Amino acid sequence: MRNGLGNQVGLLARRSVIRTLRQPAQIVPAIVFPLFLLAVNSGGLKDATNLPGFPTDSYLTFILAVPFIQGALFSVMNTGTDLARDIETGFLNRLALTPLRGAALLSGLLAGAFVLGVVQAIVYLSVGLIAGAELAAGPAGAVVLLALSVSITVAFGTIGLFAALRFGSGEAVQGLFPVFFVFLFLSAMALPLNLLTTDWFHAIASVNPVTYLLEAIRSLLIEGWNLGDLALGFGIAAAVGALGMLAASSALKTRLVRT
Amino acid sequence: MSAEQTGRPSANRISVARAVAWRSVHNFLKNPAFLVPALMFPLFFFVSFAGGLAAIGEVPGFDFPSGYTAFQFVFVLLQSAAFGGVFTGFAMARDFETGFGRRYMLAAGHRSGIVAGYALAALARAFITWTVLTAVALIAGMNIGGSGGEIVALYVLAIFVNLSATLWSAGVALRVRSIQGGPLMQFPTFLILFLAPVYVPLSLLSGWIHAVASINPITALLEAGRGFISGDPTVVILAFAVAFALPLLFALWAKGGLRSAEAAG
Repeated sequence: MRNGLGNQVGLLARRSVIRTLRQPAQIVPAIVFPLFLLAVNSGGLKDATNLPGFPTDSYLTFILAVPFIQGALFSVMNTGTDLARDIETGFLNRLALTPLRGAALLSGLLAGAFVLGVVQAIVYLSVGLIAGAELAAGPAGAVVLLALSVSITVAFGTIGLFAALRFGSGEAVQGLFPVFFVFLFLSAMALPLNLLTTDWFHAIASVNPVTYLLEAIRSLLIEGWNLGDLALGFGIAAAVGALGMLAASSALKTRLVRT
Repeated sequence: MSAEQTGRPSANRISVARAVAWRSVHNFLKNPAFLVPALMFPLFFFVSFAGGLAAIGEVPGFDFPSGYTAFQFVFVLLQSAAFGGVFTGFAMARDFETGFGRRYMLAAGHRSGIVAGYALAALARAFITWTVLTAVALIAGMNIGGSGGEIVALYVLAIFVNLSATLWSAGVALRVRSIQGGPLMQFPTFLILFLAPVYVPLSLLSGWIHAVASINPITALLEAGRGFISGDPTVVILAFAVAFALPLLFALWAKGGLRSAEAAG
């Protein structure tokens, strides 16, 4: 029997990707909803560029960072819901009877999030550029933006895995969606940090990691190459991913012991 | 011949509505999974918009006497009114999915009382949300320039929005009879709300969003509501015409849904 780690990851990854691609109900909202908000916000908040200190004269360019994070939030739901379904249907129990390693299971399940992350990033960037947004970092910046976006999506996906393993219910995973949206709402989503004039909101947004993920994406769109912002963005994505994997591994062990 | 003699259930429309409303409100209050999102969502929107976008009040041409917090309060109030109705539609769909709705249909002599009951429950839910939202807004220092009568008029508009959204969602729930119809209730409501002047007044919008917002009926409700809270009433007649027309239109939609549910057995 071929049971090397690479082979196990490959098989589960293939299943995860096919499963994601076969569920338009997962893909369509994850792409359409952020684009709808992009259209509404870029039209409705256009005048914000008239505020002194606003970093660009194109609000579309500024707000284009938001769909990448919203798309990543959908990754939490999709990855978590898929795993929760495996738990609810008993598929995870059957996997537990095989020599499958926990790391293979978790990594393989993230493949669907990875593919969806790539599709989302390409669509968001393409739509944004067609609509008139700028990409100051040029074509190389597009590649880095894609890498950053996918890193964030996969990192958020690990939280979905943890939630599914911890609660074992798709409904509970879905219930987390508003919680994660709060992180987006309480960040420098619609205005840059320097223009958040409400003190308490500024304080929360300053410690909210989502603010720095947005700033990393915006640095490529607005400034060009700001290595500090990019390093912080990739660093936060890596930290969230590592913590999520650790938590998910621990929850997997607990769940398999229960089984 | 009485209803008992014919073997038909005897409950009249009011008692049916009361029973359905009581159960729905009871479920809402007893289940944190329903209660917490209904309270938290509007608060998050309010905090995010009024707190995070306060600088928008400094944009040249933005002249709203009561300030940006009050400007956004009106949108969040109407939004929570609409989503109170949509969430009640979810409850209705779930009841039909689990078969409880069919039992209602068998027991109720006047089935329109079922829809009326859900509408009453939606209103009760909305009042709970509005109480919390208003308290938070006042604590946050919201300025109210309008008189008592104007503030009552603002809440009356919100009641009509709540009723419209409930009847819209009921029409969907009664046709689909499954929680899978949820996006059909939610997405159009979300769409029409966000295609109104959410962040700035209509006069500051430009391009396609201005064109769409200009013909969006929610714009009149929002502008009138903002006029009421700032003590400078505007487009009042148009807003109330829209407020009366929407529930009438969606009552027909809900009535069609009821026929569909009856036909399905």
